[in-house]
Amino acid sequence: MTDASTPLLRVTDVCKSYGEHEVLKNVSFSVAKGEVLVLLGPSGSGKSTLIRCLNGLEDIQSGSIEFEGNTISGRKEKDWRELRTRIGMVFQSYDLFPNLTVAQNICLGPLKVQKRDRHEVEQQMNSLLDEVQLSEYRNSYPRELSGGQKQRIAIVRALAMNPDVMLFDEVTASLDPEMVREVLELMLGLARQKMTMIVVTHEMEFARRVADNVLFLENGVVVEQQTGEEFFDCPSTERAQAFLHSMSPIDSVD
Amino acid sequence: MAPLLVESAASGAQVLFLGDNFSRLLGGLGTSLAISGLALLIGLPLGILLGSLRIVDNWVLRGILRVYLEFFRIVPTLVVLFLFYYILPREMGIQIDGKTIAVIAFALWVAAEISDVVRSGLISVPDHQIETGKALGMSGFQLLWYVRLPQSINLMIPAVLNLATRVVKTTSLLLLISVIDVVTVGQQIMETNRMAHPDAAFWVYGFIFLLYFIVCWPLSMIAKALEKRAKERNRD
Amino acid sequence: MDFSYIQQSLPLFVRAFGVTLRLSALVIIASTIIGLVAAVIQHFRTPVLSQFFAAYEELFRNTPLLIQLFFLYYGLPSIGVKLSAETCAVIGASLLGGAYMAGGFLGGFSGIPTSQLESARALGLSQLQMVRYVTLPQGLARSVPALAANAIFLVKETSIFTVIAVPELTNTARDLIGMYYRSDEYLLTLVIGYAIILIPLSIILTLLERRVRRGTFAR
Repeated sequence: MTDASTPLLRVTDVCKSYGEHEVLKNVSFSVAKGEVLVLLGPSGSGKSTLIRCLNGLEDIQSGSIEFEGNTISGRKEKDWRELRTRIGMVFQSYDLFPNLTVAQNICLGPLKVQKRDRHEVEQQMNSLLDEVQLSEYRNSYPRELSGGQKQRIAIVRALAMNPDVMLFDEVTASLDPEMVREVLELMLGLARQKMTMIVVTHEMEFARRVADNVLFLENGVVVEQQTGEEFFDCPSTERAQAFLHSMSPIDSVD
Repeated sequence: MAPLLVESAASGAQVLFLGDNFSRLLGGLGTSLAISGLALLIGLPLGILLGSLRIVDNWVLRGILRVYLEFFRIVPTLVVLFLFYYILPREMGIQIDGKTIAVIAFALWVAAEISDVVRSGLISVPDHQIETGKALGMSGFQLLWYVRLPQSINLMIPAVLNLATRVVKTTSLLLLISVIDVVTVGQQIMETNRMAHPDAAFWVYGFIFLLYFIVCWPLSMIAKALEKRAKERNRD
Repeated sequence: MDFSYIQQSLPLFVRAFGVTLRLSALVIIASTIIGLVAAVIQHFRTPVLSQFFAAYEELFRNTPLLIQLFFLYYGLPSIGVKLSAETCAVIGASLLGGAYMAGGFLGGFSGIPTSQLESARALGLSQLQMVRYVTLPQGLARSVPALAANAIFLVKETSIFTVIAVPELTNTARDLIGMYYRSDEYLLTLVIGYAIILIPLSIILTLLERRVRRGTFAR
């Protein structure tokens, strides 16, 4: 933890189950402002469920989630709505609205949910689109874009809400390999700008570069909680070592 | 045999253009179309409302609306017409003419069918689209208005047009509740010309068949084209 | 409500119920056969026949059954073709039903993913083998809900047979109402008669739709 003051997000003893099946068991961690936390773990370890809980898309059975010191878990849908304008989220399947243009996709939240001034929103959109070099697609429909372009627009759409923290749920998992890079570079850029981010990913090189801290989950349990460097260079648990080994490129397996 | 057939055919077809027969037939069709139009005008907004309520998280409400739909699904429209024809005037204690009864019965039927069209359209929008909307902080109504409706309206419009053709076709039953429609007019014409043109039935019914086709076919074609376009569009 | 009227006329209704059931079954079977033939021909774009069936479908889907029946029953005799009321009813409703069933089958066939057909071709299957092993089994499974919905629609359409005096349920109810002026009793019996046939059919349809949506049926 780099910051001694109240963390932006604090998760304490969170448990979550679907019926009999326990998906998260006593998960605790916190994220400081400007920190990048990467959630790692084999598939089915509960990473995606955890990140969805942070945005109120899933209920938790016990434990608490605090945002800027206020408990937000167990709140009503109406309170979550307010919170979600401050917690941006990007999904694996991009999910641009197919009936709206790129510009309309980006402006919808700021204009209709946050009720901000159109002129100001459009200015922000223009500079964001410039930054990701997609200005020429302003009036295109999602179906005219490549997967990587769609995902970058989805990120811009979340950023246009001026969130305090961004959640990324395996955002490159359904992209063609040659498009993964442009999305990851955008995210690295955000990290450099000190955006607070929580990232679920399977891209290990990227994780190593972007992570301030790593949370390693297996079967819903936090197995290891480390700084990025320590986790990748000398993981302390056997499970994490095995995981890193299984994720390493084939030519280095020997 | 052949010359006889041609001769009789020619004479039978004449009936259609005798006096003001032609415009009388069109007038009868006009009545049917007016009733269809009114029923749709009333049934459509009502159906959209009921359909939106059918995705609300309240099982009592959903159950009631489902029973309402199933009633119209199970009882043949002709029987629905009879139910309203015999029961409505008595319960209301007033005289109601066939046309009004038809408009009311058809409007409630249309509302039931539309409610299902709207519901299945709304739930056809993928869950992750709804979650994205939620992640942008949208309220329930905003989700309906900005995400669900625009993404399903393309599917709803063709279904509504198809329902419109069904309503128009069903107006052919109006003669059974004593509304003077195109079929009744046709029968009157045949009655008047029974001596001179005994084969008029072939031509008059053939012509009415054609009239309905001319009204319904374009609607079906537009619906088909829109349906095709909707499928292509919604592939993101 | 005077239930003695219902009791008294029950034998009549039972007979009418039988007529409705029998004619519905005939119409559904004939429609399915016509629809399947029309759909297969159109699916493989057989020249001329394909256009013929497409025109047939448009014609019968866009005109009311009542007019079709009047034309067959009252119109045809004037050019020398005389058919019994029941024959007219079955022919008319089957032509109408065939047009709808064809649409149901075609929808099922076109729902088969292209990748399935491509894999079949990659395995070296002939056109005929593809129909036998891929198109028909998968397409038919996918058509089932639409066919069931059409079957329900056709049972309800048999109520229109009353206009050419086929003694089915609706006709019987109308006759009785005309004779005894007891509309409530006979309308109730009428609705129950249809409900006995249609509620089970409608439940089956819902189950079929659910199975297809879950993908366990059409795979």
